[in-house]
Amino acid sequence: MNNFFIILFHTYLSKLKTKSFLVTTILTAVILITLTNIPRIIEFFERDGDVEKVAVIDTSGQLFQPLEEQVKITDQDFELILVSESIKAVENKVEEGEYTGVLQLTMTSEQLPAANYKSMSMADSVVVTELQTALQQIKTVMASSQLNLTQEQLAQLYEPVPFERLALEEDAKTEEELNQARGLVYVLLFIIYFAVIMYASMIATEVATEKSSRVMEILISSVSPVKQMFAKIIGVGLLSLTQLAVFLIVGYISVKQNLDSMEGGFFDFFGFGNVPVATIVYGVTFFILGYFLYATLAAFLGSLVSRIEDVQQMITPMTLLVVAGFMIAMVGLSQPEAGFITVTSFIPFFTPMIMFLRVGMLNIPLWEISLSIAILVGTITILAIFGGRVYRGGVLMYGKSNSFKDIKKALQLTKK
Amino acid sequence: MALQLEKVTKKFGKFTAVDHLSLAIPEGEIFGFLGANGAGKTTTFRMILGLLDPTEGRITLDGKRVDYSTSPIIGYLPEERGLYPKLKVKDQIVYLARLRGMKKQDALKELDYWLERFKVPEYLDKKVEELSKGNQQKIQFLAAVIHRPKLLILDEPFSGLDPVNVELLKKAVLDLKEAGTTIVFSSHRMEHVEEMCEHLCIMQNGKPVVHGSLKDIKRSFGKKNLVIHADFDLRFLQEYRGVTKSKQTPEGIHLQITGEEIAGNILQDIVGKGFIRKFVLEEPSLNDIFIEKAGASYE
Repeated sequence: MNNFFIILFHTYLSKLKTKSFLVTTILTAVILITLTNIPRIIEFFERDGDVEKVAVIDTSGQLFQPLEEQVKITDQDFELILVSESIKAVENKVEEGEYTGVLQLTMTSEQLPAANYKSMSMADSVVVTELQTALQQIKTVMASSQLNLTQEQLAQLYEPVPFERLALEEDAKTEEELNQARGLVYVLLFIIYFAVIMYASMIATEVATEKSSRVMEILISSVSPVKQMFAKIIGVGLLSLTQLAVFLIVGYISVKQNLDSMEGGFFDFFGFGNVPVATIVYGVTFFILGYFLYATLAAFLGSLVSRIEDVQQMITPMTLLVVAGFMIAMVGLSQPEAGFITVTSFIPFFTPMIMFLRVGMLNIPLWEISLSIAILVGTITILAIFGGRVYRGGVLMYGKSNSFKDIKKALQLTKK
Repeated sequence: MALQLEKVTKKFGKFTAVDHLSLAIPEGEIFGFLGANGAGKTTTFRMILGLLDPTEGRITLDGKRVDYSTSPIIGYLPEERGLYPKLKVKDQIVYLARLRGMKKQDALKELDYWLERFKVPEYLDKKVEELSKGNQQKIQFLAAVIHRPKLLILDEPFSGLDPVNVELLKKAVLDLKEAGTTIVFSSHRMEHVEEMCEHLCIMQNGKPVVHGSLKDIKRSFGKKNLVIHADFDLRFLQEYRGVTKSKQTPEGIHLQITGEEIAGNILQDIVGKGFIRKFVLEEPSLNDIFIEKAGASYE
């Protein structure tokens, strides 16, 4: 077998078998399954717990019935119980914890409902809000019937204004679609961010380890350093793709399984219902390109240090670049059309995250995507050539070398 | 496989690490490549291995320029340990052997042979970091020779080894030589060099200051060692004509003299002064030659 592939598969397989890789992969997969099952888990706990009880003292004698019906339609989180005891007695029971709160219903002089709610604290706003909404509705019905409005008049009154939003751009995403895209883009951005940082620093560490253990001298006497560097980058790249594939498959299956039972809410928000294939394809593409960009950078930075302890210090500027890209992308999630987002999406170090964000959320003309990818690929190529040369010299340099001045020294070493 | 270096020069910026070095090492010979620290040895090795390109001159193996296509026939034992600390001996050696063009099965077979020979078959599944320094060195040696290279570069192969293991490895090196391997040997232990190398060269500031066969080098060095043990005071000999160095010992004196005739003169002068227990004229040791030639830069 060619030396290139021997190194590639050696890197891939030996990393695959490490405990740290297995643990992170399994742990993240478990977290993914947990996250996608959150609605189910919440439901499980809720079903199990006590239903909150609210005592109702109805002095009017005609409000409890409609209120209970109204509450039943919206929510079953709490139960209304009609009591006939004195308010003092009920208040005591609230203090003892038998009831969450007590609601006193009265009729005003205009024959409209009024209420008074007492509970231990003001914290449980959900119950209060729902009670308020339900009463409001009852009041509206009562008031309109007092005005002798007909059913049609009522309907007219409450009919919402016809308000239609249309984007002039063809195929523009609707607000709903945008929200959906946002969730998916957010998740994928996170994956790109973490993977780039994790795997790039893995490469830098790997290179520094080989250098500090001096096994590098033996390796590069068998294989040219540049070949070795790229075999390593691709080997770790395969590793990252393996992990990504595991996450995507686990996530996909878990979501699909939950989807049938869990309509609405959480999943709609994250837009997992109908995952647009294009977004995933772009996600993977930018993931790979971003990985190559930063991995090349990390490899040559790693080749400059002689001790593993210095690796983090050396790659900090690179990590900051990734963090900056991620921060801009986070801002961009809420305003993907902003000018600075457009500009930064063409800066190669930010492209993988920000161009992906734009592609995922907006309709970008193909030439813009192509241009940014071309710039990115161009940068990767330049970095690879330059990095390869630095790497060739860097791996032979030992001693106290943690500064960027060493790049010059490394380049000099490779000269004739 | 004969190794030839023709006027090889390597410059790093203004600094000249190796200066017009010409060497010819015939097949099946152990060549001693010596020099003080920083004399350009490692740079020369790196050029022979193809890690660095010479600024001038050329390096050939049987007339063929060295590059990555020649790497399967070259074995290299670096001065410092060059192994993955966290990898098992087996995985490590198989990986390195495959990079030198060996098949996995062959590598495993060779590995068994060598581990057996070095009396450490139980290390097959051990991680390198769990081994002692000397045993790591054995594995390092193994990594350098497993693919049966035609040219073997050994940089301090015996460091960290106890005398028993030194003999074990020395025997292995000599066997490889018998089998026709050309060996470049570098060490700071002059007795090893004297024992194993027919030809050698001593580098200083990138230039060979001594170059030739061990016998010729010793002869042309001119100076000899004279050891005298006597009952009377020998200190007056320190100023004697023809004495270049002297060292007092509890029993007498060690002198370095410029020729045999000086020894005769000294003998005539001290006879009759008292009882002489010992009077020996010795060949210079390589150690003396090294200190004289390579040590010049320190003075």
